[in-house]
Amino acid sequence: MAEQAQLLRGTLDLLILKAVALGPLHGYGILLRIAQISRGGLLVEQGALYPALFRLVRQGLLKARWGTSDNNRKAKYYELTALGSRRLQEETDSWKRLAAAMGFALAAQPEHS
Amino acid sequence: MSRLVAYLRSLAARFLHREETEDDLAAELESHIQHRADDLARSGLDRAAAERRARIEFGGRARFTDEARDAIAGGILETLIRDVRFSVRRLREAPSFTIAAIVTLAVAIGANAVVFSAVNGLMLRPMNLPHEESLYTLERADRAATESYPNYVDLRDRTRAFDGLAAYNPNQGWLAVGRGADAIRSWLFEVSGNYFDVIGVQPYLGRFFHASDEHGANSAPYVVLSYAYWQAHFQGDRTVVGRTVLLNRHPLSIIGVAPPGFRGTFLVLPADLFVPLVDQEEIDGTNLLNDRGNRWLTVLGHRKGTVTEAQALADLNAIAASLEKVHPKEDENLQLLLTRSSLGGDDFKDAVHGFLVAVMILAGLILLAACANLGSLFAARAADRSREIALRLALGAGSGRIMRQLFTEAVLIALVGGAVGLWASVLVLRWLAAWRPFTQYPAQLPIDPDARVYAVALLLSVASGLIFGAVPVRQVMRTDPYPVVKSGSPSSGRRRMSIRELLLGIQIAICAVLVTSSIVAVRGLSRSLRANLGVDPRNVLLVDTDLRMAGYSAEKAPAMQQRMIDAMTAVPGVTSVGLVGRFPPMHIGWEETNVFADDAVDFRASKAAALAIAYNVSTEYFHAAGTTLLAGRAFTVHDDSTAPRVAIINELFARKLYGSPSAAIGRLFKMRDGKSVQVVGLVEDGKYTAMLADAKAFAVFFPILQVPSSETWMVVRSPADPRQLSAVIRGKLRELDPGLPSFIETWTKEMGGALFAPRIAAVALGVLGLMGAIVAITGIFGAAAYSLSKRLKELGIRTALGAQRLDVIEAALGRAFRVLAIGSLVGLVLGVLASRVLAAIVYQATPRDPLVVGGAVVTMFVVGLVATWIPARRALSVGPLILLREE
Repeated sequence: MAEQAQLLRGTLDLLILKAVALGPLHGYGILLRIAQISRGGLLVEQGALYPALFRLVRQGLLKARWGTSDNNRKAKYYELTALGSRRLQEETDSWKRLAAAMGFALAAQPEHS
Repeated sequence: MSRLVAYLRSLAARFLHREETEDDLAAELESHIQHRADDLARSGLDRAAAERRARIEFGGRARFTDEARDAIAGGILETLIRDVRFSVRRLREAPSFTIAAIVTLAVAIGANAVVFSAVNGLMLRPMNLPHEESLYTLERADRAATESYPNYVDLRDRTRAFDGLAAYNPNQGWLAVGRGADAIRSWLFEVSGNYFDVIGVQPYLGRFFHASDEHGANSAPYVVLSYAYWQAHFQGDRTVVGRTVLLNRHPLSIIGVAPPGFRGTFLVLPADLFVPLVDQEEIDGTNLLNDRGNRWLTVLGHRKGTVTEAQALADLNAIAASLEKVHPKEDENLQLLLTRSSLGGDDFKDAVHGFLVAVMILAGLILLAACANLGSLFAARAADRSREIALRLALGAGSGRIMRQLFTEAVLIALVGGAVGLWASVLVLRWLAAWRPFTQYPAQLPIDPDARVYAVALLLSVASGLIFGAVPVRQVMRTDPYPVVKSGSPSSGRRRMSIRELLLGIQIAICAVLVTSSIVAVRGLSRSLRANLGVDPRNVLLVDTDLRMAGYSAEKAPAMQQRMIDAMTAVPGVTSVGLVGRFPPMHIGWEETNVFADDAVDFRASKAAALAIAYNVSTEYFHAAGTTLLAGRAFTVHDDSTAPRVAIINELFARKLYGSPSAAIGRLFKMRDGKSVQVVGLVEDGKYTAMLADAKAFAVFFPILQVPSSETWMVVRSPADPRQLSAVIRGKLRELDPGLPSFIETWTKEMGGALFAPRIAAVALGVLGLMGAIVAITGIFGAAAYSLSKRLKELGIRTALGAQRLDVIEAALGRAFRVLAIGSLVGLVLGVLASRVLAAIVYQATPRDPLVVGGAVVTMFVVGLVATWIPARRALSVGPLILLREE
């Protein structure tokens, strides 16, 4: 397994929104999707997912309904609301700006070496 | 918008379907674990192992459930309810702690609620008059809120800063509904014609009189009833308007009834009747309307909206300055101030306010002591719980959550204690509000609790809960889980002990202050009661009569008075009968007069040799009152209006006027009118009013035949039963004149009214001291019991090794006692210093009294003994067996 990075504070919400944006998912599915889209590079504590999910529901960014999974088990499925997809867009943009800036900053070389 | 909707929906869901969401959450987490287990099983694990692994991977499920619950809207409320439930359960597990804490707080909050109610009723709460914010009472720079009628008229007519100025004078009178009907003793307000218009009240029934109804003396024969009086004596009969009644035998027609909320403008004395003060001569028998030097009216009015307070004051004082110029004798030093108080502007108000502030400080100290008390109890509890808390921290509970838990417990106790205290205080206040301290006057304490009192009690409860809840916070925050979990007790216990001991010491010091001041107060009062009154009130009945009421003119009064005295003297068992006007000594009212040196030519008030309390007495008065004549002679029947003027003075006055008491007899002094009076007798000093400064009061007695008074009190001395005697007296008076109203009371009881203020001050301080002692006892008890419980093991070992009883007690309670001793000492010193303040309120309050210091020491010692008695018993009963039982 590749080396895994600890999640930065606040990035979990963004990751969840992103994962769900690709299609409705239940909680465990969201974890798998995050692992997949981050190519195994991000570690999300399993239990920590749920407080974040409830928070996003409360904020009206996600909505939830019960359904049946591929494993033929009952599971609660989350999908993005209109507000959620707008938020995802904003957060993605600002994250990209931040990542780019951080990238430049950390790549800077001493001027005389 | 949609966020709000989602939040509300989620909140509603939480409340409407609480069980459902709880199940939902559990089902979801379980579903997660099953899915993970499915995956793990697919990779080759057997089902049971896969599920176990899935659960371990998931992490602290309880914690995530908690956090998830918090994340759902309404979670905060839910958490609160859960915290409260948890606290209730924990408090139930420690009933003695809980009860001690609640009682302590109930005492403290209750005391503060009562005191605040009094402050609210007497200082803060308005009288519910229209536009009260702009209503001012005028007072002189010497703090007396009275003006003469001519001065009032000049101020009223010349001021531009007020929307009219009104004047009133509270007085008493006898109202008869018709000729032959029994007269009712009533409290009347003699008011200026514009009174109702200036205050801005509208009649409930009929009409009020106005400035336009006044056309000189005795021109407005009208009376307005207060609503309560109308209900009580006219049964709310709406046809009373227009009816004629007799006030002091003088016919007046009822023109209206005041609205229910309006009972005059003097807070502690609700008016029964309102009469125009231009009728003073007919109603009162005296006419002061043209006397500029006689101040008897309280003046008040609404400041104009366009004028500032400073401008209004400048306007009034400009008028005052011109009045002083025109009338230098009567209006000397005429300086005016404005006050908003409805207690009158004099020393009475200052005394009431000073007393209330002092009591408020003491009540605040009790609350502070209670907080220190509970703070140390909570710190002790938190120390006991450090293992549990450390475990919870180690298991991942947020420290915020643990804090919240601790505060919930503290605030919960505070609220319950506050509620109990408030309930008790409402009972006390109801009793106080219904209490009529004076048998003779309708005075009452307007201190029933209102919303403001409840709000303050709630605020104090919550605030004190937060304060004592905060004490253990630092201790908990510093807790490092690992050593605690390992060793089972907090490692830095020494330091924590000393914080608790500091709190205990502070609390004991505060309580010692309270105990000291209450002893000072009670001692002062008891001393004042035993102090030489200058009269002997035992076995004396006072008979208050008013000859004006019976229609006697000033010329006919002396003869009638002599007949009354003769009739009383004839009653079997009566040893002597005297007459004193206008008030007896130690009455709530008194008269003062300026006395001038014999060679005086300038009779302005500031040039007076002394201000003396004046009495007009009959020949037998000193004998009947029990006042010792030290030198010279008493008055005789020959000291009448045709004889040279004479007077009898007290020792202090003699010393003031002539340097020594022995030099007084035969000497002269002058009155305000310039007439010379010769001193013929010298009597012992006494107390004349309930005022504090009166310890050095000058008194002068004039023969009633030279200074006639139709409003007199008969002093009837007899060892007979007062009730039977008063029936006989009433019968005798009726024989003399059936229309003569009288009011009979024992002198001792009469004095109770005058002593009301110092008495209630002493009682209040005594009760506060008692409360301080209760708080101290619970505090010491709690601390001693706790430290004992921590050291049972050690004590068991000591006993097993053969320690003596004294050693055991020393080991168990020595520290508590040392804290008690140091705290008491500090408190005693502070209390002695604080007592200087008390001297302003309580008679002869001096802390430099061995009995006070000794009493305080003994009290604190007894408090300590009571509080440590049970813990000490327990310490002595500790046997080596305890070692086997512990842990």
